[in-house]
Amino acid sequence: MTTNSVLPQPGAELPHYVNETPFDPKAIERLSPLQEKVYLASQWKLMWWKFCQHRLAVISGVFLALMYLSILISEVLAPYDYLSRHTDHLNAPPQAIHLFHEGRFIGPFVYGYDMHKNMDTLTREYTSNRTKVQPLRFFCTGESYEFWGFWRGNLHLFCPAENGQAFLLGTDRLGRDMLSRIIQGARISLSIGLIGISVSIVLGVVLGGIAGYFGGTADLIVQRMIEILQSLPSIPLWLTIAAILPVTWPPILVYVFITIILGLFEWTGLARAVRSKLLALREEDYVLAAQLMGARPSRIVGRHLVPGFTSHLIASATLAIPSMILGETALSFLGLGLRAPITSWGVLLTEAQNINIVALYPWLMLPVVPVILVVLAFNFLGDGLRDAADPYK
Amino acid sequence: MLTYILKRILIMVPTLFVISVLVFTLIELPPGDYFESYMAELEAQGESVDREQIEYLKQEYGFDKSPVQRYVIWMGGLLQGDLGYSFEYQLPVNDVVGDRLFLTMLVAFVTIIVTWLIAFPIGIYSATHQYSWGDYGLTFLGLLGLATPNFLLALVLMYLANVWFGTAIGGLMDTKFINQPMSWDKFVSILEHLWIPVLVIGTSGTAGMIRTLRANLLDELQKQYVVTARAKGLHPLKSLVKYPLRMALNFFISDIGKLLPTIVSGAEVVAIVLSLQTTGPLLIRALQSQDMYLAGSFLMFLATLTVIGVLISDIALAFLDPRIRLSGGETK
Repeated sequence: MTTNSVLPQPGAELPHYVNETPFDPKAIERLSPLQEKVYLASQWKLMWWKFCQHRLAVISGVFLALMYLSILISEVLAPYDYLSRHTDHLNAPPQAIHLFHEGRFIGPFVYGYDMHKNMDTLTREYTSNRTKVQPLRFFCTGESYEFWGFWRGNLHLFCPAENGQAFLLGTDRLGRDMLSRIIQGARISLSIGLIGISVSIVLGVVLGGIAGYFGGTADLIVQRMIEILQSLPSIPLWLTIAAILPVTWPPILVYVFITIILGLFEWTGLARAVRSKLLALREEDYVLAAQLMGARPSRIVGRHLVPGFTSHLIASATLAIPSMILGETALSFLGLGLRAPITSWGVLLTEAQNINIVALYPWLMLPVVPVILVVLAFNFLGDGLRDAADPYK
Repeated sequence: MLTYILKRILIMVPTLFVISVLVFTLIELPPGDYFESYMAELEAQGESVDREQIEYLKQEYGFDKSPVQRYVIWMGGLLQGDLGYSFEYQLPVNDVVGDRLFLTMLVAFVTIIVTWLIAFPIGIYSATHQYSWGDYGLTFLGLLGLATPNFLLALVLMYLANVWFGTAIGGLMDTKFINQPMSWDKFVSILEHLWIPVLVIGTSGTAGMIRTLRANLLDELQKQYVVTARAKGLHPLKSLVKYPLRMALNFFISDIGKLLPTIVSGAEVVAIVLSLQTTGPLLIRALQSQDMYLAGSFLMFLATLTVIGVLISDIALAFLDPRIRLSGGETK
């Protein structure tokens, strides 16, 4: 036995030792202020933090928020009224925005067009005229429009120079400004997704809730319903139903109906998600407690169970919106969806139905750009939300 | 196992019955019938209408009977393999649909194979290289395919194919081969034209498949048996392919059933843009002109095909995974 051992000799009396520092029973468990913030944060706050880590999802979210805000003031953002025809400029190609004219800074402007008819190809040819400098005006009064169809107004975010034109994305065969039409079309195309998804959420939660909570026969019936709907190819089904719509219906009614159709066939995925969640959650003790206290099934599902996976529901709903937006474009493209004068991205794309368009007037395909961007954004946002939906994982 | 299969087949019967009622109702819903729109069309063109012949045809096809009776007649025919009569083509539906159905199935089949061939390696790469640039890039590419409306992609590809390769625009083969017996030249011609629709229809399904495979594989790769296998020195490739991939593949099988309607849907729109000789344009024309037997029987046929597809994938899954054949909601 060496002397430098810290252990006392066997049998020796132990020295008396008292630690003078005050005793704090929670010393080890104490959290740094940062940790404390995390521990005390609510579930939604945790989700928000987790969501913010997904950069792409945040950017997509901001983008979509801006898009949806834009439909509130479409008329103001558009330089022209979306229905007005500029008969001197049929099928005009997009005008580029320039900043410098002959080395001199002017601010954003476009060069005016000279048009002549090419009698060999029977097309109108536009050449930009370098002498026609037409500066854009901002917050200006331009073409008058009907704001949401109620008030007349003529304020625009930007408009062309007096007696000039600014077709930044070209014009269509009737000489209507594409940019204005795309901005206006967003109102219908974007709202279709939201209304449609609301229909499917309601159906999905109710039917999925019944199947998941009661199980047994109810489950079997709902499962068969889902299987039936999923085994019918969606586009032919939409076509069949859209073909039923009387041609005489006003366009706005057709719009409402198409939206509901899109919603009616999208709920199956949501219902499946709700069902599988409920099958697991209904075994929890708090459900038993609620049952013993006499709560009705609708209250248990709606008040106690569904809030438990609202975040998941929102995430799956976000991922389901793109298919509706794409569905609208496909239906309209086939001429069975919305019809003019209603303007949606799908309706605009019907103009690009012909291969000649691709060759001669490719700018008529531009409405596809917002479609792609919005669908991508919804996918990224949905991915981010799904990752954030369960912050305790 | 046998009871499971029997049970599934038994469930199929009411499912198909409900589908048939649904399809029939949908077809019946529009006001008027084919003959009325046909007469209106003729009168609009200033031609005389032989009312007696129309009345005779109406009786012949039971348009004077109640919808229920007509449903029974239609269903009885279907069960005997008689799809009814197309008023517009004045031919039995079997003859109208026959050749086109084969081409539709060909496009669908090749599309499924191509989708798998694309999605499979990308999904595995994305899962094993999670959050790498390759992962982001490939996922983005897949999503881009999902986000682009099929019909526009078809138009642009058709234009480019014409400009770059000089492929004749539209169709599934050169016009000279239509209605010709199958030959090597015809086969080559079909192949030359097939890639556009296959690519276009495939793009929309690939993204979803990549995403699911990636998620499933990631779940498996985090499990302990994979860690154990790696710790014991199993080759990385083997420790990926042998177990985790096999588990993640379950959904490929369960997807076969679901894939079919998606592909047929996509194919319909693309077929119209590309004027393929498949069933898409036929169906839409039939729906518009209320050629009800053609539209109804065809929808029914597609649905049956899907239900059988789901059945096969369910049985295959049950073979692979006992958890599936034993599960099922219990009554509460």
